[in-house]
Amino acid sequence: MSGLDGAWTRRWIEAVAAQVAERKAELTALDRAIGDADHGENLDRGFQAVLGKLEALDDAPTPGAVLKLVATTLISTVGGAAGPLYGTAFLKAAMAAGDRPELDAAGLVEVLAAARDGIVARGKAELQDKTMVDAWTPAVDAAAAAGDDVRAALEAAAVAAAAGAVATEPLVAHKGRASYLGERAVGHRDPGAESTSLILRAAADTQ
Amino acid sequence: MKKLINDPAKTVDEGVAGFAAAHPDLVRVVVDPPFVIVRADAPVAGKVGLVSGGGSGHEPLHAGFVGFGMLDAAVPGAMFTSPTPDPILEATKQVDGGAGVLHIVKNYTGDVLNFETAAELALAEGIEVASVIVDDDVAVKDSLYTAGRRGVAGTLLVEKIAGAAAQRGDTLDQVAEIARKVNSSVRSMGLALAPCTVPHAGEPSFDLAEDEVEIGIGIHGEPGRVRIALEPADRLVDRLIEPILEDLPFAADDRVLLLVNGMGGTPLSELYIVFRRAAEVLAERGITLARSLVGSYVTSLEMQGVSLTLLKVDDELLDLYDAPVETVALRWGR
Repeated sequence: MSGLDGAWTRRWIEAVAAQVAERKAELTALDRAIGDADHGENLDRGFQAVLGKLEALDDAPTPGAVLKLVATTLISTVGGAAGPLYGTAFLKAAMAAGDRPELDAAGLVEVLAAARDGIVARGKAELQDKTMVDAWTPAVDAAAAAGDDVRAALEAAAVAAAAGAVATEPLVAHKGRASYLGERAVGHRDPGAESTSLILRAAADTQ
Repeated sequence: MKKLINDPAKTVDEGVAGFAAAHPDLVRVVVDPPFVIVRADAPVAGKVGLVSGGGSGHEPLHAGFVGFGMLDAAVPGAMFTSPTPDPILEATKQVDGGAGVLHIVKNYTGDVLNFETAAELALAEGIEVASVIVDDDVAVKDSLYTAGRRGVAGTLLVEKIAGAAAQRGDTLDQVAEIARKVNSSVRSMGLALAPCTVPHAGEPSFDLAEDEVEIGIGIHGEPGRVRIALEPADRLVDRLIEPILEDLPFAADDRVLLLVNGMGGTPLSELYIVFRRAAEVLAERGITLARSLVGSYVTSLEMQGVSLTLLKVDDELLDLYDAPVETVALRWGR
């Protein structure tokens, strides 16, 4: 395969659902420390619903069609802040993918950037606010710098997102519920940045 | 975790089903999309509809305040999680009596984003929607560096007074203006003696030693701003009321409504001990206690703790507060 087609997109989302289910407790524990202990639970509810809807897709969907289905399902099942934020991310990604049958490295960067821009617009967070933006932005930058190989771009994005999530630990939160804690949020990883890392790692690992 | 539940994933569904079964005279429950609870006679033609909602676990907020003179619909989300836009939109449609709908939203990122999306969808369907964000918690610094103050127990006063304005026939703009006036005149702060346990998390939301108190908590089990050693009730009340008094600020000759709200696990006897000291402080400052409300109204599951809320009132707000209300959790004058 030269690019990322609809079948790949579908395998990726299935892998995300499996990973979220497996790491649900871990994500909730991160959220329990600086939020309200529901991030893993909410994402799992959303991605399990996505799995149910994927079955209804036709055999050869475009990447955009899969991403749009993920978006609408997350918006209507997740709730909290994660529902609108990830919903918007996948919706903007779907719009950027359009009806292209597959994405090459440049297309992937466009899609990732659109997702990130959607999150920034919805949540009004900036870099260093201790949010999922701190994982998305380095991922977009790393994918863009990775050249023409789409697999290399995916791997670069996943590595950068993971590093971005770890880098939220020393930060004071400026957005979301963790911002109520002031200095007490320092030392804890942002759960949204961690779930972003999970989603992009699953993409890099999906063949 | 020891709770009266069957399945952590079904706590909200089963609680709402019981609520519907217990109060068919006041509310009806719509389950598709899940759990829109509406006033039994909604929509009321020509009346502004009031919709509020948020995560479950704060009962009786919001479902307990659906009925004559208060909310037209409540939209409970999953435990401590804001509802998604679909049920908010459905509630908005169900209570629109042709005069528009007011959304009363507590200031949490998830609630704001989901209500915002629902309002846009309602607008697209031709329903006029106004939104009021409640942010009465003085424990959170309102600055560029936070998500802003949280909406806590003051929400109940916004719902009661705006509900009375809608009931008397005010327009959407007027009801929204009253709601904003209440929000700008109300301040709250809370403390926790012991954390709560969210059913799906299975363990307490934070660890608090037997002799420690969290000051400045919200209503989602999130820890407060500082943790101190346990002190006598009067001293703890002072720690809550002083920041509230300074914030508005409240001054001599002001008339206030004092709400002492239990967080779910504190007995009424202790709430009255708290009330006694708070009333004493008000008297020392020459502030007139115009109305009192004591009980567990905006809770955080079984959290042990209390919040204090002061609303600065004038004749208009008092009249609306005193106006008849008939809901599961508040009833008077009718």
